[in-house]
Amino acid sequence: MSNISLSVNGKAVSAGNADPEMPLLWYLRDVLGLPGTKFGCGIGQCGACTVHLNGSPVKSCSLPLAAAADAEITTIEGLAEGSQLTALQEAWIELDVPQCGYCQAGQLMSASALLASNPKPTDADIDGAMAGNLCRCHTYRRIRAAIHRAAGATNAADDQSSGSSL
Amino acid sequence: MSAANGIRLTRRQLLGAGGGLVVAFTIPACGGETKTPATDLASNAWLTIRPDGSATIFATHPEIGQGVKTALPMIVAEELDMPWERVTVEQAPIDESTFGRQVAGGSTSIRNSWEPLRRAGATARALLRQAAAETWSVPVNECVAGNGQVSHQATGQSLGYGELVERASMLKPPPESQIELKARDQYRLLGTRISGVDNRATVTGQPLFGIDQQLPNLRFATYVRAPATGGTVARANIDGVKTLPGVVDAFVLDPVQPPKGLRGGVAILAETTWQALKARRQLEVEWDFAAAATDSWETLRSDGLERAGQSGEVLFDDGNAERALASSAQQISASYVYPFLSHAPLEPQNCTASVEGNTAEIWAPSQTPARGASMAAEVCGLNPDQVVMHQTRIGGGFGRRLYNDYVVEAVAISQRAGVPVKLTWTREDDMANDLYRPGGLHHLKGGLDEKGRLSGWHNHFVTVTSDGEKPSSTAGMRLGTFPQHLVKNYRVEQTLLPSGIPTGAWRAPGSNALAFVSNGFLHELSSAADRDHLEFLLELMGRDRQLSWRRGSGMDTGRAKAVIEAVGKQSNWGRTMPAGQGQGLAFYYSHRGYFAEVAEVTVKDKQVRVDRVFACGDVGPIINRSMAEHQVVGSVSDGLSTMMGLEITFTSGRANETNFDRYPMMRMPSAPPVEVVFLEDNPSPTGLGEPALPPAAPAVVNAIFAASGERLRELPLSKAGWGWMT
Ligand code: FES
Ligand code: FES
Repeated sequence: MSNISLSVNGKAVSAGNADPEMPLLWYLRDVLGLPGTKFGCGIGQCGACTVHLNGSPVKSCSLPLAAAADAEITTIEGLAEGSQLTALQEAWIELDVPQCGYCQAGQLMSASALLASNPKPTDADIDGAMAGNLCRCHTYRRIRAAIHRAAGATNAADDQSSGSSL
Repeated sequence: MSAANGIRLTRRQLLGAGGGLVVAFTIPACGGETKTPATDLASNAWLTIRPDGSATIFATHPEIGQGVKTALPMIVAEELDMPWERVTVEQAPIDESTFGRQVAGGSTSIRNSWEPLRRAGATARALLRQAAAETWSVPVNECVAGNGQVSHQATGQSLGYGELVERASMLKPPPESQIELKARDQYRLLGTRISGVDNRATVTGQPLFGIDQQLPNLRFATYVRAPATGGTVARANIDGVKTLPGVVDAFVLDPVQPPKGLRGGVAILAETTWQALKARRQLEVEWDFAAAATDSWETLRSDGLERAGQSGEVLFDDGNAERALASSAQQISASYVYPFLSHAPLEPQNCTASVEGNTAEIWAPSQTPARGASMAAEVCGLNPDQVVMHQTRIGGGFGRRLYNDYVVEAVAISQRAGVPVKLTWTREDDMANDLYRPGGLHHLKGGLDEKGRLSGWHNHFVTVTSDGEKPSSTAGMRLGTFPQHLVKNYRVEQTLLPSGIPTGAWRAPGSNALAFVSNGFLHELSSAADRDHLEFLLELMGRDRQLSWRRGSGMDTGRAKAVIEAVGKQSNWGRTMPAGQGQGLAFYYSHRGYFAEVAEVTVKDKQVRVDRVFACGDVGPIINRSMAEHQVVGSVSDGLSTMMGLEITFTSGRANETNFDRYPMMRMPSAPPVEVVFLEDNPSPTGLGEPALPPAAPAVVNAIFAASGERLRELPLSKAGWGWMT
């Protein structure tokens, strides 16, 4: 019996008798019914399950529920303010970033944590922050371009004006 | 007739119509009651135009990330002259008698849908023009459709499509011969960049994917299969597992037509996926491996290399390769090797199923949903019409989901347990129970004449067989494999090595490996002759002609030469590169698409950086330029990711690499910039999910040679200590 409480997307949640060992990922998906956070590998390798814990990106497949006690969790479902998308989400749509789309929730959570701490990241900053997120469809170049766009970069080396197809 | 709420356009196969598809209208039931448009959407409607001027277009094929959910409706909207902002796209139900084959595979969706979808849009537009003409009592040829309305210039009148719907829905559609399709220079939408229709839902985390399905009273299942393919359960501690926290049921299932059907194993159902997975740790199974695979890749590889040096069974023998080689001015030989691969789509295999009494309802990320439904019916002992299959968005296909093994498992588990079930494979399940891209070996001999022209080609191909008679699935070499029919003296011998590893289609099946072999060896030949590789390839193509080895699908050498020449210009081919850098070129024709690619690399101490890739493709006219370029970039990157670090090896029939820690897919820092150019003269579009992949790896391997003098003949390159420059 656990008495874990946490906040998910601004709502207080009491985990009641949930197994404290249960990874946050499965608690979100199967118990809270928030399937936006994705399962990809279960061992911290792919980043599909990335959420924010008190604003920092964490891999929820590898975070026991007990470690989320009293924390503020934000998932992809809570990234936008109501129907008002963030600049990152808008950039993702404008640059048509997704292919299959399965990795993109995790990509956006990693990217938004990056911009929160580093509003004008360089290519190298982005590569460093995003290297934990796999994209099986290889949408990496557009992800990087969309992060630059959201950051307001006008002459990002990787944007469509540079001649590279994104 | 008071309330015809919409025009519904459907496609039917008319008997006796020469097998052709014709477009027909279904007029919604008209009566006193006004139905909401939503209820008017019959399951067989392709297109509904509503009185408010908006339209819903069904996307008929599975969306696996190749973009058809956006591209197919674009084709309808173009011919309909419907503004894209007024179009809503909905995933069609599975109904192949109405929609034709609903399959995502072989880069066929666009090619097969192009004609019927244009006709669907054009037929609706014709009806709307006719309705306007009758409304205004003017000749129909004076009524011009465009941007969601019909106008009559002489009288200055115009009506929106929505206002014309009621009258149009009462008209008979014109005969097919009178349907006018637009000329290409009239296109407004096709060829532009349209952002994917699911993008907003994707970036806000809406439930789109198979794995996202939720049902009341849903139970979460894990299924434990034998570690070596073909193993079955002898004994398991089921009773003990059933007592574990959250577990609601556990049982053994016997195999039914494995591996593409049901593999034998143990199902554990729980209140959450986590509880099922945790209980799985306590599961003890004694497996019966009597019929299981025993392969080891190390043994297959060393046996294969030994056999490749000997002779095999003759598969193709054009001209006289033996004599040509014997009389050549220069002869070289080399062996090439590539490994087994897993598909590893990021969304693991999963399926949600509810089998209750005589009905089954299924939500599955399947590339062949209709086939999945019929396999489900078979395993449950139901009639096909008792099974409803829902299409979901699919988190990556790459060929893995052409098979429906996870669908069969889910329905079998749901039926046995009597509850709705969501079955989720772990990543380890996914990589240990794949239908793998087969590994293979080639020993090649090539001859050059005194002018340095290719005079003979001899390939001994060593591949795997599961039945002892023919190559395993996608492990064979087909007639017309490049460069067959381009070199007069061409011989392929084949040797089959028995293997119990199940194989299957992996993005650009066959081509994904054979392009590496042929392009690498061709470059060895042109280098031996000290010739420019681009000129060598153009010479190989010869005069413009259509090679006709498979009906209608043979390569057009003129189109091949055009992409090779264009990529040469695009990349400034042949310029002097600084020390440690090099250019490499490769060409391949697959899935009716032509791709020539030039890679520029920097090499130092077995570390490679791909500085840029130039890709020139010809797949006819581009539908959605945004996704078309995206597919090429993704395919190139996929090819390079695979080239550098990916392989599945087996020991005693068991995969040794079962998660991403040992299957290092490319990450963002290594993803190269790719510049894409399309040649679009050909009038008919073909698919783009596959053909850009095959030339990528050999272009880089050839560039590595140019930069460093190192000739790499075995994939993945990491096996010999190569890696991405960091
Ligand atoms: S599912 Fe958590 S990192 Fe892959
Ligand atoms: S878009 Fe498919 S995995 Fe990233």
